[in-house]
Amino acid sequence: MSLDQFINEAISPWMKKNCKEEDDIVLSTRIRLARNLENFPFPIAASDHSASTLLHYVSKVLSEPYDESIGKLELIQMNDLSPNEKRVLVEKHLISPHLAEESNYGAVMLSQDESISIMINEEDHIRLQCLFCGFQLNEGFVLSNGLDDWIEGKVTYAFDEKRGYLTSCPTNVGTGLRASVMMHLPALVLTKQLNSIIPAINQIGLVVRGIYGEGSEALGNIFQISNQMTLGKSEQDIIEDLRGVVIQLIQQERSARQSLLSHSRIQLEDKIFRSYGLLANSRIMESKEAANRLSDVRLGIDLDLIHGISGNILNELMILTQPGFLQQYAKKALTPAERDIERAKLIRDRLHLEKENK
Amino acid sequence: MICEECQKNEATLHFTKIINGQKKEMHLCDECARDKGEHLPGSTGYSIHELLSGLLHGDHPFDQQSSHPSSSSRRKPLVCPECGLSYQQFIDKGRFGCVHCYESFSLKLDPIFRRVHGGNVRHHGKVPKRTGGKMQMKRQIQQLRNQMEMHVEKEEFEEAAKIRDQIRELEMKMENKEGGE
Ligand SMILES: [Zn+2]
Ligand SMILES: [Zn+2]
Repeated sequence: MSLDQFINEAISPWMKKNCKEEDDIVLSTRIRLARNLENFPFPIAASDHSASTLLHYVSKVLSEPYDESIGKLELIQMNDLSPNEKRVLVEKHLISPHLAEESNYGAVMLSQDESISIMINEEDHIRLQCLFCGFQLNEGFVLSNGLDDWIEGKVTYAFDEKRGYLTSCPTNVGTGLRASVMMHLPALVLTKQLNSIIPAINQIGLVVRGIYGEGSEALGNIFQISNQMTLGKSEQDIIEDLRGVVIQLIQQERSARQSLLSHSRIQLEDKIFRSYGLLANSRIMESKEAANRLSDVRLGIDLDLIHGISGNILNELMILTQPGFLQQYAKKALTPAERDIERAKLIRDRLHLEKENK
Repeated sequence: MICEECQKNEATLHFTKIINGQKKEMHLCDECARDKGEHLPGSTGYSIHELLSGLLHGDHPFDQQSSHPSSSSRRKPLVCPECGLSYQQFIDKGRFGCVHCYESFSLKLDPIFRRVHGGNVRHHGKVPKRTGGKMQMKRQIQQLRNQMEMHVEKEEFEEAAKIRDQIRELEMKMENKEGGE
C-alpha cells in the first residue's frame, strides 16, 4: 500500500474535515458521557453471563441508525481483534486502553466517520464519545446529548435524584460528562508560563495533562484540558467553564508566540528549521524526539515561517508514529529499535509527499 | 479589578464556582490562585483515578482494624447486599460494584463526593425524560416557594399570593401525573 493510501485509511475522517480559526491552537474536542443500565451490575462486578447479556442487548438496541447523516454504527468486539488492531484503535483515541486490555465482553460501536464511538462494557456499561476537530465544544455537546436522548429512549439508565447518573467510579457520578479539549501550547511551554497557569486552572475544577508521554511529560506540547468535577454543576456550566479557560489559554498562547517572535525571532526560527531539517533527514527517530520536532514544525507552519506543509501534519504524525500504526504500516511486529528506523522513514516519506503534491 | 484574596495584585483569573448550587464569583491574581490551587485535589494536574484512591484511603477511620478486639468482632463489615461488594473493597478498588452500592454505602459517601467534586454532593444536571417531568416540577415548586418567602419578608403580600396560586397549580398537576403513571 502506498503511504498516501495508508494515511487515508489510517486517519479518521472527522480529523480531515475543515476546522475553524482557532484550530492553530485547539487540535480537537471530545465529549464523553458515562452511562449505566438499571438491573445490571457494573462491569467490574459482572459475571460472564451478565456481561455477555448486556453486550448483546445494548449492541442490538444501538444497531438501528440514529439518523440519516450518521447512519448505522458498526459493532467491533474486542475478542475478534488482534492485540495490534486494538492498539491502533487506542492510538486513534477511539477506544480506551482499559477496553482493549481488561474488559470482559468489551466492544465498541463506531460511526462511519469515526466521530462517534460508543464503548460497551468498559468501566461503565456505556461510554459515549464524540470527537470533533478543532474547538467545537457546543457541536460536540449537542451531538452527544442527542445521542444520549436516543439511547435513553431505548434502555433504562441507572439514575438517582440526588446523585444523578450512577457510575462505577465516584469521579464520574452526576452528569457522567467529561468534556476535553486538546491544545498545542508550544509558546507557553517555551516561555515557561504554563507551569504557573496550571494551578490556576486546577483551582476551577479543570485538569490539565499531557496526552502523549508518561507522568508529567507532555510530548509534542500537546495538552488535554478537561473538567474534573461531574457532580453539582449542570452540563452547560461545565462546558461554559471549560470554554472560558480554553479561550483564555488561546489568547495567552497567541501573545506568547508574538513575544517570542518579537524578542527572539532568529533563535525561534533556528529551532524550528533545525527540527524541520531533522525530521526531513533523520534515519533513526525516537518517539519523544519526533513529538517535539513535530511540535516545532507545526509552530513554524502556524507562524508562517514554513510554507507548503499542511498544519494537520502534527496531529496526523503524532498518531501515525505510535507503535501500533508503525507495525501496521510495516505489516509485521517491530522491536523498539526497528520502530525508530521505521518512524524516521515514515516521517521523511510524509514530508516528501507534501512536496510532491505541491 | 483587584484580586479578592490579597487585595493587592490585579486579578487575572475570573470564574464562577458552584458549591451545592450556590454560585460564587471569584477574582484572583495568578499568585493567589496558585496558592489556593495547591491545597485543592487535582492541583498536580495528573490522573484523577490515582488521586481518588488516595482520597478514599484517607477517609475511612471507622473501617480501620480496631485495636480493641471486642469491638471489631462485634462490628459487621458493611457490604452491598445486591452485588456483595464490601465497603472496604470499594475503598481499595475505587469503584462501585452496582447501582445499589450507592444506597448501601450512602452514609459514607457525602464526604467522598465532597472531596472529589469540589464540595458538591448533589446532582444539578440533566434528568432522564422518564423521571424528568416530575422532578423538574419539584424543582420549580421549590424555586417558587423561595420567591414567595422573599415577597412575604418584604411584605409584598399580593405578589406572594400570586406565587402561592402558581404553586398550587403545579402541585395539582404533579398529583395528576403521579396518578396517571
Ligand atoms: Zn492575589
Ligand atoms: Zn452493589
